[in-house]
Amino acid sequence: MRFQVIHRTLCRYDSPVSVCHYHAKLTPRRLPNQECPWHEITIRPEPLHRYHRHDAYGNAITYFEIEGSHEELEVISRCYIHVKANPGVDAAATPPWESVRDACQSSQWSAATMAAEFVCDSPLIHPSQEMREYALRSFTPARPVLEAALDLNHRIFTDFTFDPTATNVATPIEESWKKKRGVCQDYAQVMIACLRGVGLPARYVSGYLETLPPPGQQKLIGADASHAWLSLWCGEEWGWMDLDPTNDLMPSLRHITLAWGRDFSDVSPLRGVTLGAGNQQIIVAVDVSPDE
Amino acid sequence: MPGVWDEMFAPDGSVRPHWQSFSRMLAQLGAHGMQDNSATIARLLRDHGVTYNVFQDTGAAGRPWFLDAMPLLVSSGDFAVVERGLQQRIRLLRAIMADVYGLQRLIKESWVPPRLLFANPGYLRQVQDVNLEDDGLCNVATDLVRGADGNWVALADRCQMPGGLGYALENRIVLSQAFPQEFKQCRVQRLASFFERERDIFREMASAHRKTPNVVMVTPGPHHRSYFEHAFKARYLGFPLVEGADLTVRDTRLFMKTLEGLRQVDVLIRRVEDVSCDTLELDPASWSGVPGLLEAWRNGRVRIANPVGSGVMEAAAWLPFLPNLCRQLLGEELLIPSVPTWWCGQASVLAEVMKEPRRWVFKKAYCGSDTPAQSTAALEEKSLKALLAEVRADPEAWVAQEALVLSQAPFWTGSQLEPRSFVWRAFVCGTAHESHVMPGGLGRVSPSSEGFLVSMVAGALSKDVWVISDEEVALKSLLVDRAEALRVSRPPGDVASRIADHLFWLGRYAERMEQTTRLLRMLSKRLGGEGGELQMHELRDGLRLAQEVKLLDERLDVTGALALVHQEIKDLMDNPKRVDGVADLLGKLRYNAAAARDRLSDDTWRLFNQLQEEVSAPLTHAGAYGITAKLDRIILDMAAFSGMQSENMVQGHGWRFLELGRRIERGSASATFLQAAVHLCEENETVLVPLLEIFDSTMTYRRHHFAKPKLLQVLDLLMLHAANPRSLAFQLEAIHQQARLLPQGSSLSGAATALEAVEMMLRHLRQIDLPALECDALRFEVLRQSCEEFINHFESLSHQLTEDYFSHATRRSR
Repeated sequence: MRFQVIHRTLCRYDSPVSVCHYHAKLTPRRLPNQECPWHEITIRPEPLHRYHRHDAYGNAITYFEIEGSHEELEVISRCYIHVKANPGVDAAATPPWESVRDACQSSQWSAATMAAEFVCDSPLIHPSQEMREYALRSFTPARPVLEAALDLNHRIFTDFTFDPTATNVATPIEESWKKKRGVCQDYAQVMIACLRGVGLPARYVSGYLETLPPPGQQKLIGADASHAWLSLWCGEEWGWMDLDPTNDLMPSLRHITLAWGRDFSDVSPLRGVTLGAGNQQIIVAVDVSPDE
Repeated sequence: MPGVWDEMFAPDGSVRPHWQSFSRMLAQLGAHGMQDNSATIARLLRDHGVTYNVFQDTGAAGRPWFLDAMPLLVSSGDFAVVERGLQQRIRLLRAIMADVYGLQRLIKESWVPPRLLFANPGYLRQVQDVNLEDDGLCNVATDLVRGADGNWVALADRCQMPGGLGYALENRIVLSQAFPQEFKQCRVQRLASFFERERDIFREMASAHRKTPNVVMVTPGPHHRSYFEHAFKARYLGFPLVEGADLTVRDTRLFMKTLEGLRQVDVLIRRVEDVSCDTLELDPASWSGVPGLLEAWRNGRVRIANPVGSGVMEAAAWLPFLPNLCRQLLGEELLIPSVPTWWCGQASVLAEVMKEPRRWVFKKAYCGSDTPAQSTAALEEKSLKALLAEVRADPEAWVAQEALVLSQAPFWTGSQLEPRSFVWRAFVCGTAHESHVMPGGLGRVSPSSEGFLVSMVAGALSKDVWVISDEEVALKSLLVDRAEALRVSRPPGDVASRIADHLFWLGRYAERMEQTTRLLRMLSKRLGGEGGELQMHELRDGLRLAQEVKLLDERLDVTGALALVHQEIKDLMDNPKRVDGVADLLGKLRYNAAAARDRLSDDTWRLFNQLQEEVSAPLTHAGAYGITAKLDRIILDMAAFSGMQSENMVQGHGWRFLELGRRIERGSASATFLQAAVHLCEENETVLVPLLEIFDSTMTYRRHHFAKPKLLQVLDLLMLHAANPRSLAFQLEAIHQQARLLPQGSSLSGAATALEAVEMMLRHLRQIDLPALECDALRFEVLRQSCEEFINHFESLSHQLTEDYFSHATRRSR
């Protein structure tokens, strides 16, 4: 699939801002099944200084500073993306989940060592005993790791209610867990907590999802949203496998990957500090359209 | 005690050799001598204003610092062992940290379990791409204890912003004053050369960077529990002390906001926690951070000591792995062993630990936890079970440490010596090429004779550590050439905007304190004594004056209710919730003084301490006389403060804003009082006597007029008489003089606007023609209006200065 993505963020400050510093993680990753032939970020007002680098997880970062009084900041990220379908996976053929868990526990260096980082607690995710027990109902003894994970994926999809009014970006996962409500960020972080709770490495993935209009209707511009899901390490042979509990599926052609990390705090698409602003209003619009 | 090392006495009861000289002097001194010394120490500490946790947000003072009158003596042989051991240790910690944020051989070669690092919350991924090979830890503090065999072992390492160095220095200054003879004769090694080396290290870090380097120290601010130490050390080393709000990153360079604009910073000595350093990349909720700092650091535009991310090395979880890491990374055997420690994050280790749970002290494995170490030996069965369950639930987060019997050091209880458990915090500074160990350090003893050792936060008592030299010791103190240090590293205009803001408000509150106390004293004097009709009239008018200036509630009916007046005055003195009362003003004074602490002299600080004591002291006499006497003392202290301000401070831009604050406050208060007095004089001129008292101009008036005060003469003296330091004219002249010397300010027109405003006020004042008003029926109205205008002009001048000079340093509170 070929897509054109436009991701527009508008910050309106209620009093003029004199200086601001921002980090944007808006550049799509290059992956075996994802190519990005063209990408551009435009910022208004024009920043005095702008730099690019990569973070510890290989995500591209755009750092910029704006000096001089302004009441509005607009960041528009545009890109062309080619996504190839993932080869089908036979979940039953993946190794027993305990072997993945034990590989990550090992003190000896192996491919599992780098995945082991994603078993540990992270700034926003601290698995509770309850989440561990919830996960164990899917992770029965010797069950193939991906099969068990798909089962957990399905249970979270079933047990949770998608509700954008229940949570916001700052809601701790303990709260979304208790309410059994939330949006993709909550779904993904809860599932990551469950997986880490049983000792499996899971990371947070941010990106976009192409949504389809209801049959017979035209798609609304800007109706798509930033999306989040997760990736589970399934042992050396299988590597990282993406899972989307919000939609009860394994991402394939319609998911576009921007960045990954331990949790949302590692991948936040736009993060900034302003001097002088009181409150700010943020408007985000994402448009993912097939590129003919 | 068998099985315990005694620092002072050998097992046969004899005094150990390095204690002998001191012990003889102790015998000569006797209990009385020690008591005198203890008192001297307490007084010196109070005078220097040494506190821990100096200011809470409320502005209340912190806990005073306690220093044992008995030093702990370390022999030169022992010190040589510790010195070599700690020099190796800082090299090792630097090497580990460079590896953690670099190649990560320690994981790839399986020297440590990967989760030891990955579960460490001090491991900051944001630092992963910074090269720390040459830019590693500069300061490390290691807590050392001595086991029963007399060997030193390491208990913990402090790497982020090792605390205690400033307190150690302060302890030394105080104890060497209390024991001048003993100190010299015992050949105690001096600390100054250590600080000199440390200062050189910071300067070299900077000069490798730019030709005229700028080193600053950043602190979270006066509310931090070790703020005293930050201010003290910054002053001792001669580097400006700033807060996050004083710094800004532009084009990935770090700048300090000064009155004259931005000034680039080359080296940042930080006293701010890792996660609070950069609000953009780290904790966004932190007040202390500078957005973009990490970006500037990554780009090599600024160096940070200690590097951000050092917290990763502060973990007790490293201890069991240090001997092997030392072999792998340095090719050496570890010289100072750690207290036997087990990291519970490995299943086999956890199983071992659980076999004999009562053998251990359980501690959190990583920094950033408030959970104190828990000794299991005396724990009840139920609590032990709960603790073990906690460990099992999250084993990676815990270490088990062998419970050591610590060496005993002599402690002066106030009447005798008593052995107490002892920990020595030793300090090391270094670069990739050299390192130095402080010959001394911060000793801590348990607060009770049974006590297991606790942290400073939990109330341990401090001790000076004397390293006894075998040779004569050369004298040296950095305090002597402090003025030199200041001149070298701080050009006159280099005042942080926020500091200027605090000095400005220090001036305003000091003056407000004077006005308030003079007003209260004027009232209290008339409450006591023999009474009489005139006194009662003056009291009535004085009270109305106090009501006009809003110090007393207008609705308060005071006629004849003396007890109520008495009550109100007392409340205005003691109740910190009474805005602009004495206690409230003192809190604000101390807050602003503390924030500008490295700008104020030791004497000034001593004076503030005295003031605090006087304000909180109970009344020495009952009734109004007691109040008057107390106010007298406070007024004298405030006079001493203004004397110090004019005589003992360098009259640079910092001083200029203090002076402007004082003059603007006095001008504004004068205009307010005059306005009220003019209003009251429409009825009766008895108000003039109390008015002159508030203006401290009674004597001047008598000398000029020898008669009962008359309104026009009084107004002439208090408004127009340019030679009277209490007059409105004098304040305006003084402001005018300073306004001409103001720096440009952020708007580039600040100085010009301020000058224009004050010149306009001066013209207005000169137009007032008092004799002409004498026959004018509207004179009261004209005068009242003039005063009103002055009040408004003073306030707008204050706003103007704030806008032009302080506003780019965003303020939290005053």
